[in-house]
Amino acid sequence: MGRIFFFIREGLRALRRSAAPSLAAIVTVAVMVLLLGVLIPVLQTANGKTNQVRDQVGLRVFLTDAYSAPEIPQPQIAELQGKLEAIPHVASVQFVNKDQALKELGGQFEEKNQANLITELPGDRNPLPSSFNIQPDDLSNLPGIRAAITPPGANGQPAPISQIIDEVNDSRDEANKITGATSAVRWILGVLSALLLVASLLLVGNTIRLSIYARRREVEVMRLVGATNWFIRWPFMVEGLVCGLVGAGIAIGFLLLGKTVILDPLKNDFNLINSGDTIGFATLALVLLCVAMAVSAMGSGLTLRRFLRI
Amino acid sequence: MARRQTSEALRARPRTTRRPEHLTEQRARPPIVELRRVTKIYPGGHVGLEHVSLRVDRGEFVFLVGPTGCGKTTLIKTLIRELQPTEGEVLIAGRDIASLPDKKVPQLRRRVGTVFQDYKLLPNRTVYDNVAYALQVIGASRSEIRKKVPDALRLVGLADKVKNYPDQLSGGEQQRLSVARAFVNHPPLLLADEPTGNLDPNTSVGIMQVLYRINRTGTTVVVVTHDREMVDKMRRRVIALDSGRVVRDQAAGTSTPDDESTREFARRVREEMGLDDEDPRY
Repeated sequence: MGRIFFFIREGLRALRRSAAPSLAAIVTVAVMVLLLGVLIPVLQTANGKTNQVRDQVGLRVFLTDAYSAPEIPQPQIAELQGKLEAIPHVASVQFVNKDQALKELGGQFEEKNQANLITELPGDRNPLPSSFNIQPDDLSNLPGIRAAITPPGANGQPAPISQIIDEVNDSRDEANKITGATSAVRWILGVLSALLLVASLLLVGNTIRLSIYARRREVEVMRLVGATNWFIRWPFMVEGLVCGLVGAGIAIGFLLLGKTVILDPLKNDFNLINSGDTIGFATLALVLLCVAMAVSAMGSGLTLRRFLRI
Repeated sequence: MARRQTSEALRARPRTTRRPEHLTEQRARPPIVELRRVTKIYPGGHVGLEHVSLRVDRGEFVFLVGPTGCGKTTLIKTLIRELQPTEGEVLIAGRDIASLPDKKVPQLRRRVGTVFQDYKLLPNRTVYDNVAYALQVIGASRSEIRKKVPDALRLVGLADKVKNYPDQLSGGEQQRLSVARAFVNHPPLLLADEPTGNLDPNTSVGIMQVLYRINRTGTTVVVVTHDREMVDKMRRRVIALDSGRVVRDQAAGTSTPDDESTREFARRVREEMGLDDEDPRY
């Protein structure tokens, strides 16, 4: 028990007496943690966005009431909805009527232009068709569902299961494009953060090595008076632990500051930032703290090894 | 004057080659140091030691002399397992330390106090903490440390510099601190590698006096030096090395009175070296 206090005292003494190398180690740890702290949520956001896009992929079945075509009576629509829901692997079927379609389209424009929208479209009434949104239970079942809605007819052309079906649209192509783009972004971010992580680990290791190298004579003396390797190593590990703790503390402080000052005000305006499935700040801080302490303590312990060979 | 005449008369007497370990009552316990045909060849082919065989008995004061590069330091390093001999056996208190597992090496080093030419002090610790470290390493209790450290510092005359840092001490003081650290847990064997190499003659006598005092407590002392004059004046056993071989092993101890006190010893050595001003600290 007295030993533990001795090691802690020794580690703190070393920190006090060699302030400059310790400071360098603390700053490198802080930079590493800061990078990690920014990259982890960014990676997660990119990941979350891709999942969101994947969730939205489905089939859109447009009906034959576009332009000036007559409206389809309600029972027919209900009948088709029943048929669609009966197809295996269909998770949900949602009817979008003409008005809703117009609203959906308008949502993509600025508010002041929305009023003009209807007048600018050709025809004297709402030209948009009503439609069904179909979500598969799994993305891989999408082609099967599509085939079930428009089975191949006698002449080889697709023959829809109902007269009122005009066209079946598959959002897979654009989804694939989006997924492709986001996964490229994700890959780039992943590789970048891996590189940064490696670089910062090497940097921390190097800084620790320098501070130990400056004291290699001290280590030699300790060995010569008969100190065991662990007796020499523990104070260094305590030192590394403290460096990691302080460095991570500083970085987490900066992260918190950045979060409250920059990120939180933007959250309401940008959908991208406001994806709910990123790691909570407290968890993130805890993870970063543990990583930083483990890395710098183990870095100290391992670097010392080459000075401890008998 | 009378003293000088006696010492000259003593020196004139033929030196005997009888070695103290042949005294029958000491044969029962194994010698503290025994080398059996030890050879050390460094990587690259340089020969550090060549078939060195020697014995040092408990309580002896031995000088190891020879020109630079003759293998003195190599010999000392093999005694604390900083170097492994290429061939031969190194026995400390009858145990072959070549076969000692690496884990046990710290234990060996705790039982062998070592003083280095470059002092090897811990620069960011006070005089007190430097000596205390040697005790902390062996897991000594705080009360033990509080008792033993002042004793050791008093022995070497540094009791009033407890709070200083090594860079605030003179060379002689640093070396005495190094001696205090080596001796604080009363090891049965004390090795000193060129303890006076960086010091002026007067300060050197001071260090030798401290070593002599330690030797009188029963500790075996082996001193490596190239200061032949000092060695001649101290009249102790001398082992001379040249090119890694033992070229001379003389037991000069028989020619000096064994019960010479530390003060008398220092006065005599100073006188014979032509140094008058005695350091009042001892």
